[in-house]
Amino acid sequence: MTALIPRRVRSLASLAEALLTPHGMDRYLELVDPMLVRREIRGLVTAVRKQTPDSVTLTVKPSRAWPGFTAGQYVRLQVEIDGVRRTRCYSPCGSQYDGELEFTVKEQGLVSGHLNRALGAGSVVGLSTPDGTFTLPATRPERVLLISGGSGVTPVLAMARTLVDEGHTGEIVFLHYSNGPADALYRTELAELAARHPGLKVVHAYTHTQGGDLRGFFSPEHLERVAPWHREAEAFVCGPKPLMDAVRDHLGERVHTEEFTPPALTFDTANAEGQVRFKRSGRECANSGKPLLEQAEEAGLSPEHGCRMGICFSCTQLKTAGRVRNAKTGEVSGEEDEEIQLCISVPVGDVEIDA
Amino acid sequence: MTGLQDRLTPEQVEEFGRELDALRQRTVDSLGQEDVDYIHNIIKTQRGLEVAGRALLFAGFFPPAWLAGVGALSVAKILDNMEIGHNVMHGQYDWTRDPALSSQRFEWDTVAPAENWRHSHNYIHHTYTNILDKDRDIGYGILRMDDAQKWHPYYLGNPVYATLLALFFQWGVMLHDLEVEKVVKGERTWAENLPVLRKIVRKAGRQVGKDYVLFPLLTGPLAPLTFLGNATANLTRNLWAFAIIFCGHFPADVESFTEDETATESRGQWYLRQILGSANISGSPLFHIMSGNLSHQIEHHLFPDIPARRYPEIAGEVRAICEKYGLPYHTGPLHRQLWSVAKKIVKLALPRTSPSPVTVEPDRQLRAA
Repeated sequence: MTALIPRRVRSLASLAEALLTPHGMDRYLELVDPMLVRREIRGLVTAVRKQTPDSVTLTVKPSRAWPGFTAGQYVRLQVEIDGVRRTRCYSPCGSQYDGELEFTVKEQGLVSGHLNRALGAGSVVGLSTPDGTFTLPATRPERVLLISGGSGVTPVLAMARTLVDEGHTGEIVFLHYSNGPADALYRTELAELAARHPGLKVVHAYTHTQGGDLRGFFSPEHLERVAPWHREAEAFVCGPKPLMDAVRDHLGERVHTEEFTPPALTFDTANAEGQVRFKRSGRECANSGKPLLEQAEEAGLSPEHGCRMGICFSCTQLKTAGRVRNAKTGEVSGEEDEEIQLCISVPVGDVEIDA
Repeated sequence: MTGLQDRLTPEQVEEFGRELDALRQRTVDSLGQEDVDYIHNIIKTQRGLEVAGRALLFAGFFPPAWLAGVGALSVAKILDNMEIGHNVMHGQYDWTRDPALSSQRFEWDTVAPAENWRHSHNYIHHTYTNILDKDRDIGYGILRMDDAQKWHPYYLGNPVYATLLALFFQWGVMLHDLEVEKVVKGERTWAENLPVLRKIVRKAGRQVGKDYVLFPLLTGPLAPLTFLGNATANLTRNLWAFAIIFCGHFPADVESFTEDETATESRGQWYLRQILGSANISGSPLFHIMSGNLSHQIEHHLFPDIPARRYPEIAGEVRAICEKYGLPYHTGPLHRQLWSVAKKIVKLALPRTSPSPVTVEPDRQLRAA
């Protein structure tokens, strides 16, 4: 009889798991309090504030499974809207040494709209382990150039706050681009941060109005004026693609960017075969060899999606039949009723999607 | 009995299929928060009853506590397997994208591993519903549940096998996935069965470990009472699940089909077969919940991936469509359907006395394992 007791039953927690099989402890604990979960990561919204009319800043206390993050990384945040779980990626913008997480989200779609309007203190959101390689090197550079545009401020701000907490001894220039003072996020906080840390210089560039420290889009002159030492600096850039491209053109290899743009995936469009059927809408098309998201859009559908690069899981749909290749890993999967990410799944022969 | 394809003209079948497709689409379009709230409430109730039941068994020396504990645990297991497990594993809540409600991830409180069951139930049974030699749920490979199954002296034990299956239903469902009758016939090898078997051993080990070892041990001197309590709860669930499931397909007037007449089926004809091959059970709203809404077997077989709580609300429309096309809509109270099934089990234990219009070649029989 004793052979039937799992060998892992050593601690109270694993005893509880063995007693609560097959659902596991979290499925019971969450009914008492959603934040009690042990394995899943969740976040309790402790404060909500508005910096600009079209953005919201949330303070989130993570549950016990949260492993901590490195400044610059992103997290997949989940909310339930009309009964459906939606996932989007956001970079926490607090210092990596803070116990709580801070997210600033600009209202621009379904999920960001929900975060802006429906969430209050006491709400619980789902969180993932942090991900992403847009981080500061372990040996902090002497001279750091932080450049951001619009809501791209978030991962870069996390870096600035982390460096300040660490008592960074070199020079930091934080160059932030916004349309004008009305939508310049974190103006006050950045000013306070600079006041606290003499090595940090904050520069606001306004692309569309007067009154900033600089005017217009990024240019090499901007850099010459605010950080003449930029050739010896490591630069960290996050913002719209034209900004990141312009900085990379000018600074070359020393630029680290947040790649929220699709990596170059190669698709074999010449040898594609089979039919793609979108079950719910009844649309059908010949497999073009491109990712299913693109094929769906070409067939006149507009499936929900986010990053288009396989990280945010917004475009997840049920594949009811057929095989697909994951363009990121090359893995081919033919499992029935499997959830797949449309943006990186390429049909191999006939495929049916519940969309 | 008219053949499956002769009931409606091709145009009628197509129109009939379109009407059901439209009903399906309307229902799918209206899914939302209410459905998620409903299943969350059921889950909360189930988990609450489970914890309460387990806790009461710690006071099992006091007979009313033991009885209440077994009752709560029985209801918890029934809800877990039927309204939650069966339905979630059908993908009825996959649209919520909640991993806890995902058909691919859900595991239920029975010895049958979810993954094995999903194959034999969702795919084999729901695709080939009531097609002899295809739908392995006809008699589960051990019973004679259809006239067209050739009689053999083995089937004299039909009532005994049915009783044993009812008593040990969860084990029956678990072993069903091994498709032993196919191994006996040589259509499948034991080596092919190894992955299925491994999952079975792991899952059954955990289930037995919790119900028959860990919880009894935790109650110390009450271990025999707890063991007995857990066994009773499993038994109650077994009998209930068996009753509901057998009433879904085996009452007297439910039809079965041959491979030939279903070889080139259209969507409309598939719907038609699902209606003719299923039977509902009438009852109160509470009864429907406890049956996992499988009391609406007809609606479930038409739309297996629509949340089961919607079946009662669309049943009226399905029935009206059936009437419009002159199709039977089998339904009746539990006692009547059960009686009908019991009579069939006994009747089919004996060889056929009068010739039946359905003829099946002798080699197509379902041989007993």
